[in-house]
Amino acid sequence: MASFDDLEPPGEPLASHPDLPGAPRRRDFLNIAAVSFAGAGVVAIVLPLINQMNPSADVLAQATTEVDLSKIEPGQGVITSFRKQPLFVRNLTPKEIAEADAVALSELRDPQTLDQRTKAGHKNWLITLGVCTHLGCIPLGIHEGDNRGAYGGYFCPCHGSQYDTAARIRKGPAPKNLFVPEYAFTSDTTVTVG
Amino acid sequence: MSFPWAQHYQPKQPLMKWLDERLPLPRLVYNAVGAGYPVPRNLNYFWNFGVLAGAALAIQIVTGIVLAMHFHSSAAGAFDSVNGTIMRDVNAGWFLRFAHANGASMFLGVVYVHMFRGLYYGSYKAPREMVWLLGVVIFLLMMATAFMGYVLPWGQMSFWGAQVITGFFSAIPLVGESVRVWLLGGYAPDDATLNRFFSLHYLLPFVIAGVIILHIWALHIPGSNNPTGVEVKSEQDTVPFHPYYTAKDGFGVGVFLLLFTVLIFFYPDYLGHPDNYIPANSLSTPAHIVPEWYFWPFYAILRSFTADFILPAKLWGVLAMFGSILLLFFLPWLDSSPVRSANYRPLYRIFFWILVVDVLALGFVGGAEASPGYIILGQVTAAYYFAHFLIIIPIIARIERPRPLPGSITEAVLAKHGRTSSTATALAN
Amino acid sequence: MVRILASLVGAAFVFVLGLALFGSIKGVITDPTVPTVESKYHLEHKALSLASDGPFGKFDLEQLQRGFQVYKEVCSACHSLHQVSFRDLSGLGYTDAEVKAIANQWVIEQPSINPDTGEVATRKNIPSDHFPSPFPNEIAARAANNNALPPDLSLMPKAREGGAAYIYSILTGYEEQPAALLKEFPDAKTPLGLHYNPYFATMNIAMPSPLNTDGQVTYADGTSSTKAQMAKDVAAFLTWTAEPSLEQRHRAGLAAFMFLLIFCGLCWGAYKNVWRDKAH
Repeated sequence: MASFDDLEPPGEPLASHPDLPGAPRRRDFLNIAAVSFAGAGVVAIVLPLINQMNPSADVLAQATTEVDLSKIEPGQGVITSFRKQPLFVRNLTPKEIAEADAVALSELRDPQTLDQRTKAGHKNWLITLGVCTHLGCIPLGIHEGDNRGAYGGYFCPCHGSQYDTAARIRKGPAPKNLFVPEYAFTSDTTVTVG
Repeated sequence: MSFPWAQHYQPKQPLMKWLDERLPLPRLVYNAVGAGYPVPRNLNYFWNFGVLAGAALAIQIVTGIVLAMHFHSSAAGAFDSVNGTIMRDVNAGWFLRFAHANGASMFLGVVYVHMFRGLYYGSYKAPREMVWLLGVVIFLLMMATAFMGYVLPWGQMSFWGAQVITGFFSAIPLVGESVRVWLLGGYAPDDATLNRFFSLHYLLPFVIAGVIILHIWALHIPGSNNPTGVEVKSEQDTVPFHPYYTAKDGFGVGVFLLLFTVLIFFYPDYLGHPDNYIPANSLSTPAHIVPEWYFWPFYAILRSFTADFILPAKLWGVLAMFGSILLLFFLPWLDSSPVRSANYRPLYRIFFWILVVDVLALGFVGGAEASPGYIILGQVTAAYYFAHFLIIIPIIARIERPRPLPGSITEAVLAKHGRTSSTATALAN
Repeated sequence: MVRILASLVGAAFVFVLGLALFGSIKGVITDPTVPTVESKYHLEHKALSLASDGPFGKFDLEQLQRGFQVYKEVCSACHSLHQVSFRDLSGLGYTDAEVKAIANQWVIEQPSINPDTGEVATRKNIPSDHFPSPFPNEIAARAANNNALPPDLSLMPKAREGGAAYIYSILTGYEEQPAALLKEFPDAKTPLGLHYNPYFATMNIAMPSPLNTDGQVTYADGTSSTKAQMAKDVAAFLTWTAEPSLEQRHRAGLAAFMFLLIFCGLCWGAYKNVWRDKAH
């Protein structure tokens, strides 16, 4: 039984028991099982600790915004807030739509047609984030009298990026067109964004 | 670690070898909690509680840091950030909050058992006085941390607890009121108080961690005490910490977590007070202001002093309350008996158990309402508490006749298994 | 030296405690505590069992919906529920469309600003809003309620000893002040503006009995709405508002407990294994 002075580390066979070769591996298994269980437990705990940094339920609830389009005339735009960022909602004139459609895709750094950036049957409504895709400034052009740049869309004063009537990048350092978020028309005059 | 038979660190893995040559951390860990630290072989489960306290601190730090990502430390925002955002909207926020709140109780519960182990087995005696002193410092830091943490949710008990505890300082003659206002940053607990308590509550656990390192370092010089109180004499008396006590501590941590789980998931509010679910109101005092359970014995001592004598009763109460902890610093010199373990000190043992009952009774009184019956019980038990440490223990140390000690740990273990040491010598190398 | 000082300090504390003890005992003899009206007539809460009780408790969603209806039609006129958002009501089993409708039709509107003039205004509630308070501030609340402040109900079961059972007892505990009480404690007559309720701490509560008649609320699911039923249902609803995550807590607890039980078993085996050749 409990021998008093043993120099054998636990879990290894005593030399005097050659008839039990499998026994130590079974005993080691218990140690390994205990440690593995502990490891599994640690992982199970770490997941909620990491997940708590994800947006909480109240933040997620603020993740959709409804926009009322009824007061926006053709040629006008409004700036509102979506997920705490500026949202440009613009009612394109037929001239602006034609100008956008006339551009060949090969000329564009980030090739997209106006149809791809708007909803069917609502081609005049251009809804994009008001965040320059270069380094994040808010471009000019949404308000009356703003400088709209050489392409008649938006102009970013920080480093000179210029967007066209479909808010596509034409000149300047920005790599991508202004981002079009997920949105849906819930009626002819309201959209839900996000 | 001055045991000559301690195993030496011999890294086999090339990475460990590389690291150890440049920064001897692997060697440090090996010598502190690995196979390089010999520990008496006869430790009982009361020796698990130090590691459990360390585990509890780690849990509090992790849950605390994560909670601090969501907490608003303003009088206007604190209550809703805890009971609104964290409990309802943050992913698993309810779990983090309940874990942290109940973790404080687990931490202090474990530390109380750890301290009573020290009292019973004479762990505070030479050459481990420094371990004990650092331990009392840790305890004081823990109490400060726990108090400030309880203020943060800004419930009724948070506010009024802060009001009462900072009110103690006004009992100091001359400068008392200035000290109180200085602590609060105002004339009553408010934004200034809450902000500084949050800052300090975040800081102190790391100070505690630092003092714990000193506490363990001081312990590892003479090595651990053991239930016989007889020092380690030979290699046979010890086993390497790893794997013997890592395995035992693993089991201990499992049981600790089991109890912790029952609290968090099934009785999360049991140890708390309903009034702390009411937002703080400086114009409405709760019917019964009580601190959390781990402060109840000291609260009872405070409230027991109802008579003036030269000094006003309130000042006596405050001095006694702080004194009841500060006297622990002097214990190694109050108890001059050369015998450590109460297993061999029949007279001391009787009074030890009376002390345990006394402290439990004090706790009971501290949580109860201030009716005459409880006050009288508090006065009697408080009197015994001071008499025990300051009068009785020194006397016992002088007059007691201890039982004969075993020659060594090995001898004690053999005797337990029904063998004599001559048999052991025959079996040994 | 330490011991001499220590025994002096100890003697001082013991002596002063002795003085205090003497004073306390003298006080008990010469000035015994007079029984108060509360000590004799206050009642502990009644027993109440809810589906959410116990370590395996779950919410009864139909009961919660009935309780919400009671809150909506009776309590919300005076009591705010500001920790709860309308979107949380999906936890009661309502669909997103139903939640949107409840928010939109909620009588008390959300404080807002007129987008054209900038003046203080109100707007309809949306699901992400918290339940708006019936009163704009504490002064208005007190002015409308005889200087009493109706407390927010979001956490009420957790904020009172006895929890949901206490709430149930208060709601069903209104009665005439007993003649025996008035005879014994003539000064304890219920003041004007307060109402006698032996379950309340001071036994006179500012809130008039809110659930007066059976059938005060007509339940959508057809359950008979007796006073006791309405009180029980709203107590259950408030148990939910106090802790919507109760069911997840119980489920996670069971999983964690079982995991740890197995873990302790394995650790015990590993411990025994490691120590099998060492006497200790």
